Amino acid sequence: MASAEQLAAFPLFSGLTQAQQELVAGSAARDVVFAAGATLMGEGDAAAGCWLIRLGQVAVGTQVPGRGLVVVQTLGPGDVLGWSWLVPPHRWHYTATAKTEVSSIELDTGQLRSLAEADPALGFPLALGFIEIVVARLQNTRSRLLDLYGSPRER
Amino acid sequence: MNAEPMRPVPYRVAARHSETHDSVSLRLEPVESALPAFLPGQFTMLFKQGVGEVAISVSGDPSIRDGSLTQTIRDVGAVSRALTKTEPGGVVGVRGPFGTCWDLEAGAGHDLVIVAGGIGLAPLRPVLLGALARRSDFGRVVLIAGARAPQEFLYRDQLAGWMADPLLEVHLTIDLPASGWDGQVGFVTEPLARLDLDPARTTAYLCGPEPMLRFAADVLLRKQVGARAIQVSLERNMQCGIGLCGHCQLGPLLVCRDGPVVDYARVRDLLATREL
Repeated sequence: MASAEQLAAFPLFSGLTQAQQELVAGSAARDVVFAAGATLMGEGDAAAGCWLIRLGQVAVGTQVPGRGLVVVQTLGPGDVLGWSWLVPPHRWHYTATAKTEVSSIELDTGQLRSLAEADPALGFPLALGFIEIVVARLQNTRSRLLDLYGSPRER
Repeated sequence: MNAEPMRPVPYRVAARHSETHDSVSLRLEPVESALPAFLPGQFTMLFKQGVGEVAISVSGDPSIRDGSLTQTIRDVGAVSRALTKTEPGGVVGVRGPFGTCWDLEAGAGHDLVIVAGGIGLAPLRPVLLGALARRSDFGRVVLIAGARAPQEFLYRDQLAGWMADPLLEVHLTIDLPASGWDGQVGFVTEPLARLDLDPARTTAYLCGPEPMLRFAADVLLRKQVGARAIQVSLERNMQCGIGLCGHCQLGPLLVCRDGPVVDYARVRDLLATREL
């Protein structure tokens, strides 16, 4: 079981009341440690679970023929991994591997979804929290698409 | 400032080090008299006989006071290409140093967050070396450096040494996935967003492409770091270097004279103005 204080350290839960944070912590969150090299999610697998990274680094990538697993992003402390459980087809789009030992809070997403559906006052701010994460991830990806460090000679 | 700021002073290339496929560092020694010592963040106008002149930041160690200059140049045009191809023994003209400097004193007692993108690491290296020279005056010293690919980081040997230094926190991150790279993949804003900062005790130094400056400054502002505690180095078309010609104008600023280093509060709105 994780504590409400641990959850409160993540902006994902900043819109929840302390009572709601305690409810999630008590019924849908637990501490999990992954050894370096462990797979947190596999591309194409059924999506269940969400990890709040407290320590360590996670590599997110996809298999590319001839190149192996190509890492498209690394995540670290404070980041949230895993939202494909929220939307169809409920399968992971990428593979996530622990680059180092990773200390995380694992959310039971089935239970979390049940709590959110039962109480929109919990579900709505939680959904907003996930949207905030997705938007930040999108903005960072767009920044990389700008290829800002490329040479003017190549443009 | 030099008494004759428009007259190039001859310097001989004493050493040439290839940093990346298109960037080199030149160590320049005065042929006769040396220019005044530079301050971290300042730039010079480098002149290649028969080709032209271009503004280049000083990238060397500010504690070295032997009259030499170290400058890192990226081949992006005719003048910079000619400079990057100048071999040891060749002579170039130098004017300067010009412009404002990084305010390291403003960071005394604070945590320093240095964010560099691409060639932006060059003007920030002196501030990092300056901080390391008086390490006990500061709290954490964090360097976040971004590049397109692993082989495009400047000063790779020095970065490896800094990563092993327990007195520094170094985050290197690349934009494009690359085989054999075991570091971080992501934009510089990502490791920056992960930092746990005390906003009242943080001073930030940013240099890189202008959108990167804006995006990184936004992350710091969201962390409640004050705009005046965020110093940025601007790049414009510097020509005279002394605020006379106006080519580097940015609204009310002449970047060669009022910059290149300014606090973000002063330029935040200017950088958001189209075509300024």
